Amino acid sequence: MAANSLSALKALLFLLCLLPAARLGWLAIEGGLGANPIEFVIRSLGTWTLVLLLATLSITPLRRLTGWNVLIRVRRLLGLFAFFYATLHFLAFFGLDQFFDLRAVIADIAKRPYITVGFTCFLLLIPLAVTSTNAMQRRLGGRRWQRLHRLIYVIAIGGVVHYWWLVKKDITQPLIYALVLGLLLGLRLWWRARPAAVISRRPA
Amino acid sequence: MIIRRPTDIRSSEITEEALYRDRRRFLTASGAIIGAAWSGISLAAPVPTTFPNLRKSPLSATEKVNSWQDATTYNNYYEFGTGKADPAHSAHTLVTTPWSIQVDGEVKRPRTVDVDTLMRWSAPEERIYRLRCVEAWSMVIPWVGLPLAPILKRLEPNSRAKYVEFTTLNDPKQMPGVRYPVLDWPYVEGLRMDEAMHPLTILAVGLYGKALPNQNGAPLRLIVPWKYGFKSIKSIVRIRFTEQAPATSWNKAAPNEYGFFANVNPAVDHPRWSQAKERRLGEFLKRETLPFNGYADQVAQLYRGMDLRKLY
Ligand code: HEM
Repeated sequence: MAANSLSALKALLFLLCLLPAARLGWLAIEGGLGANPIEFVIRSLGTWTLVLLLATLSITPLRRLTGWNVLIRVRRLLGLFAFFYATLHFLAFFGLDQFFDLRAVIADIAKRPYITVGFTCFLLLIPLAVTSTNAMQRRLGGRRWQRLHRLIYVIAIGGVVHYWWLVKKDITQPLIYALVLGLLLGLRLWWRARPAAVISRRPA
Repeated sequence: MIIRRPTDIRSSEITEEALYRDRRRFLTASGAIIGAAWSGISLAAPVPTTFPNLRKSPLSATEKVNSWQDATTYNNYYEFGTGKADPAHSAHTLVTTPWSIQVDGEVKRPRTVDVDTLMRWSAPEERIYRLRCVEAWSMVIPWVGLPLAPILKRLEPNSRAKYVEFTTLNDPKQMPGVRYPVLDWPYVEGLRMDEAMHPLTILAVGLYGKALPNQNGAPLRLIVPWKYGFKSIKSIVRIRFTEQAPATSWNKAAPNEYGFFANVNPAVDHPRWSQAKERRLGEFLKRETLPFNGYADQVAQLYRGMDLRKLY
């Protein structure tokens, strides 16, 4: 793909990834966040964090299935947007829901398993975001960088568990995310068990 | 492969947004539905659409009430879906006239009664109550309520009756949510007799001086203001007097999270979240949750000698 069209693709994705945040801003101005706006905002940001984590994880399988190697070039963008939404999600919880009550937040992190898991996932995302640049990738060296970035598997699993544990009774939504995640991780295991089938598709 | 990309906005989010945009149309439509109910049906007298000149009650809270909008678009009514906006969206399929309530169990004479009869037995009055949900949010709602005590007396429970069990309609044709086994349908709630006879306990037939919208549990629902909202069962079709404590829906679903009593208690957390504070809808800062939702003076004596940490 020409450098031009890659930049265009990236710019398009960038704007797409901003849409959920823009929508929340728009709804806030317009008074469209409903009877419980803070809950609405936290949930929406949490949802988009998880969606973007799964989107990031779908790049490798999509690339293998389609042979579109260009996809790898947009993975960092998706991962960083996952971190962006996770940060907003955490800040909304900390600032809007708990109104910067540090003691209450720490108590929640310690006592509420779903918050413990969510917070752990957020912390684990930080080193991935920090080491996402080309320079850091070089400094760490490919193998170490890759090993570090396998944390995203743990984070995505944690994200689904976080969701699963917070719903009151209806697990439909977390179940859907769990199935998608299961598929994305399952494909990797499957391909690892049968490497031969894949190699032939790899570009020389 | 089903991958959610940023363009796939969650359907529930779209619903909510669309709903808010269509507020006015929705209100007109629900008005029309109520209007239709008012005009056409003669089988049983329908609940009136408005209740002018309601008697005010000294038991009413004096706090600022929430908006009609809050009370009618943010509902937990799983028979119409588990999202807060689902009931306002889907409950128009509920047919509330004619409506009859089956009365049986430990009574002198099993029978069915209609809402109109109940209103003659116990006159509607305005009751402004705090409503505290187990999910740690709250509202203040002006109900049109029938005090339950005189009704229960008219139903003539016998001496074995120690509890009252209430059951919600369970009709998959009218209620899309009951097609999924989220809870063990029908929804069942219950009170100890002294709780049911307490002057604060009412059967609501309206709010804000108007007939109860379907999403709020039309045509008849229970309101027990010192208990978590899930005790206040909606769209009641059966009242049964029992000797043993009824098996109630949320208690059956997760006994470690939802007790039979479910009195509002800031000292006993839900296993997964704190009950110490609540968000009053429309307010930014959370407020402290009060024991028995602020009704301790009136109801605490009902539970004297009970360990409310165990009997949550
Ligand atoms: C990678 C990290 C995280 C992911 C993927 C994630 C994902 C989610 C998801 C999917 C939801 C549910 C959205 C819905 O109901 O539609 C949610 C809700 C929530 N999350 Fe997170 N989350 C993360 C981190 C955190 C952190 C760090 C905190 C706080 C310390 C947190 C606190 C919450 C809270 C309070 C809710 C709302 C619960 C409620 O409304 O009852 N999450 N999150």
